[in-house]
Amino acid sequence: MLEISKLHVSVDDKPILRGIDLAIGAGEVHAIMGPNGSGKSTLAHVLAGHDHYTVTSGEVRYRGRDLLALSPEERAREGIFLAFQYPVEIPGVANIYLLKAAVNAQRKHRGEPELDAVDFLALVKDKLQLMGMSQDLLYRSVNEGFSGGEKKRNEILQMVVLEPKLAILDETDSGLDIDALKVVAGGINAMRSPERAILLVTHYQRLLDYVVPDRVHVLAQGRIALSGGRELAQELEMRGYGWVEAEAANRRKGGA
Amino acid sequence: MSATAADFYRDEFARVDAWLPGRRLPWLRRARESALAYFADTGFPTLRQEEWKYTNVAMIEKSRFALAAPDRDGVTAEQIDGWSLPGMLRLVFVNGHYRPSLSSVGDLPGGVTLTGLAEQLERAPERVEALMGTVPAAYASGFAALNAAFMTDGAYVEFADGAVLDAPVELLFISTGPDLAMHTRNLVVAGAGSRISLIEHHVAAGEGAYFSNAVTGIVVGHDAEVVHHKLQQESRKAFHIAAVQADLQGGGRFTSRSFALGGGLVRVDIGVGLNAERAACTLDGLYMIDGRQHVDHHTRIDHARPLCTSRELYKGVLAGASRAVFNGKVIVHADAQHSDAYQANRNLLLSDNAEVDSKPQLEIYADDVKCSHGATVGQLDPEQVFYLRSRGVDDASARALLTFAFAEEVVERVDIEPLRALLETLLMGQLPERVKELL
Repeated sequence: MLEISKLHVSVDDKPILRGIDLAIGAGEVHAIMGPNGSGKSTLAHVLAGHDHYTVTSGEVRYRGRDLLALSPEERAREGIFLAFQYPVEIPGVANIYLLKAAVNAQRKHRGEPELDAVDFLALVKDKLQLMGMSQDLLYRSVNEGFSGGEKKRNEILQMVVLEPKLAILDETDSGLDIDALKVVAGGINAMRSPERAILLVTHYQRLLDYVVPDRVHVLAQGRIALSGGRELAQELEMRGYGWVEAEAANRRKGGA
Repeated sequence: MSATAADFYRDEFARVDAWLPGRRLPWLRRARESALAYFADTGFPTLRQEEWKYTNVAMIEKSRFALAAPDRDGVTAEQIDGWSLPGMLRLVFVNGHYRPSLSSVGDLPGGVTLTGLAEQLERAPERVEALMGTVPAAYASGFAALNAAFMTDGAYVEFADGAVLDAPVELLFISTGPDLAMHTRNLVVAGAGSRISLIEHHVAAGEGAYFSNAVTGIVVGHDAEVVHHKLQQESRKAFHIAAVQADLQGGGRFTSRSFALGGGLVRVDIGVGLNAERAACTLDGLYMIDGRQHVDHHTRIDHARPLCTSRELYKGVLAGASRAVFNGKVIVHADAQHSDAYQANRNLLLSDNAEVDSKPQLEIYADDVKCSHGATVGQLDPEQVFYLRSRGVDDASARALLTFAFAEEVVERVDIEPLRALLETLLMGQLPERVKELL
């Protein structure tokens, strides 16, 4: 599904990612963990095509294609979805219009007939229920005046409506209380399928209590310092990130 | 000013004097002549004047626009249907002259007068004099003086105490030809407790350069309400100069919603006098321009007495090499305790070549007041654009959608459905097809 090799990324000429190698297969859930500033969010944004980040070298292949050659909207239509850590507010654009635009952009891209308002509403209603959201939220402006938790829920709602092939969730658990976390985790788990890959970017292990990953990677100083099974997340919860960073630093010195 | 422009307007006055309305009324004749003398002295405003420093009117001074005679009329009823808004009463003006045959006023209830100013000067000159003639000749600029000297016609709208109409009144001003000058004067009087809803609508039948100089005076009585919408769709070569002055009595409410979409060089002055306790005004505006359009709004709100409220939101969308000026003055006079004033001007620049000068001015001479203002000039938020693109919306559509949403904040406040629908259609005219399906 996704193969990242030797990916180097800079922001304003400052290197943030220094050679990421990562492969995620269909049906898998991977978690990327790491301390603040390790480059987790950068990786998520680069995969979605944000132009603030410059890929200086390396390659990303998505379903056999060169992902980096695609515009953000092409990536979306090809089935990539990024749930933002800080979803922007868009006053004046109703949630339902954005959702409908997104769904129909995908359908058109795939050569499928676009949904009319009635079919679309029927589709969304079920998903709203899954996310424990009320229907009036559809007619409010995108994220405007939403609480932090509502914004995160809204991101997951978009994901379950769009049914991406590759879902990237950037710190979706941050700022959620335990009830909201369970709802969000329920949404993510509902998306698990053999055809779909999910990449969870998270600082804490607690989301992983509800969404159990197949693989856990620890990002430190722009590289994947350590990979393992779900037990790695528990170890990080107990020991913190300090030891991983220290090991990564030692390795960099040794390698230099 | 150059002697030639003064000479031109003096000759022009001699040429048209014979058919200007109200020429048998001594007070009006004196007013016209003193206005002409004032203009000969001061001329057109120049960039050296603080209130005009961003708006160069030299092109108007150089041009020789001829006052349109009442008989120049090539407009058909079918054309009127194309421009006008459905479901309104309508006064139609062609090149600055009222055309009863093209208008639709119907049977008005008692206490409502809807007619042309020239007609009202025939019918009730004392009433017009009382409203207009006693005002001392304090012109805001040479344009106001020219208007006073040359005014041909305009709308006369008077509602007696408590009068209300179900339908809004559209004042449709049509300009048919190049090189014409239109100096129109509207008088609007809302008696105590009455409610008036007006749409001043300026359209062009041709694409030429002409000069439209429109002055509107509004008196809002005790607990009366006047809503003055203005939709300006002049030709892209037109010079449109307008002044609106509203004076409010106690508990009166005045709302101005100004939509400036057309015109080559546009200047709109809006003044509001909150002259008695608990008067309130709302001034909203939207200018959406491109190419080399220049649109300048100057607003002034005088909080003269205590307990008055003013709200102001002007938004601008500038593309191409267009230029906008916003100058919003709020003056809270020494007596005006418990004034509540808020003003905002927000500008969206869609091009590197567009330019805006935004200047909010608060002058406060009372100590117990609540006043604030803000001005912003910026581009589309790249994070909003990226968010939409990350959901599959293409870049051009994302930008168009965000631009529409920015302007819609002003448009959605319009509570006359046909006007709001027209405005949305006009805004959407600038959007790609794909985006229209989303809205």
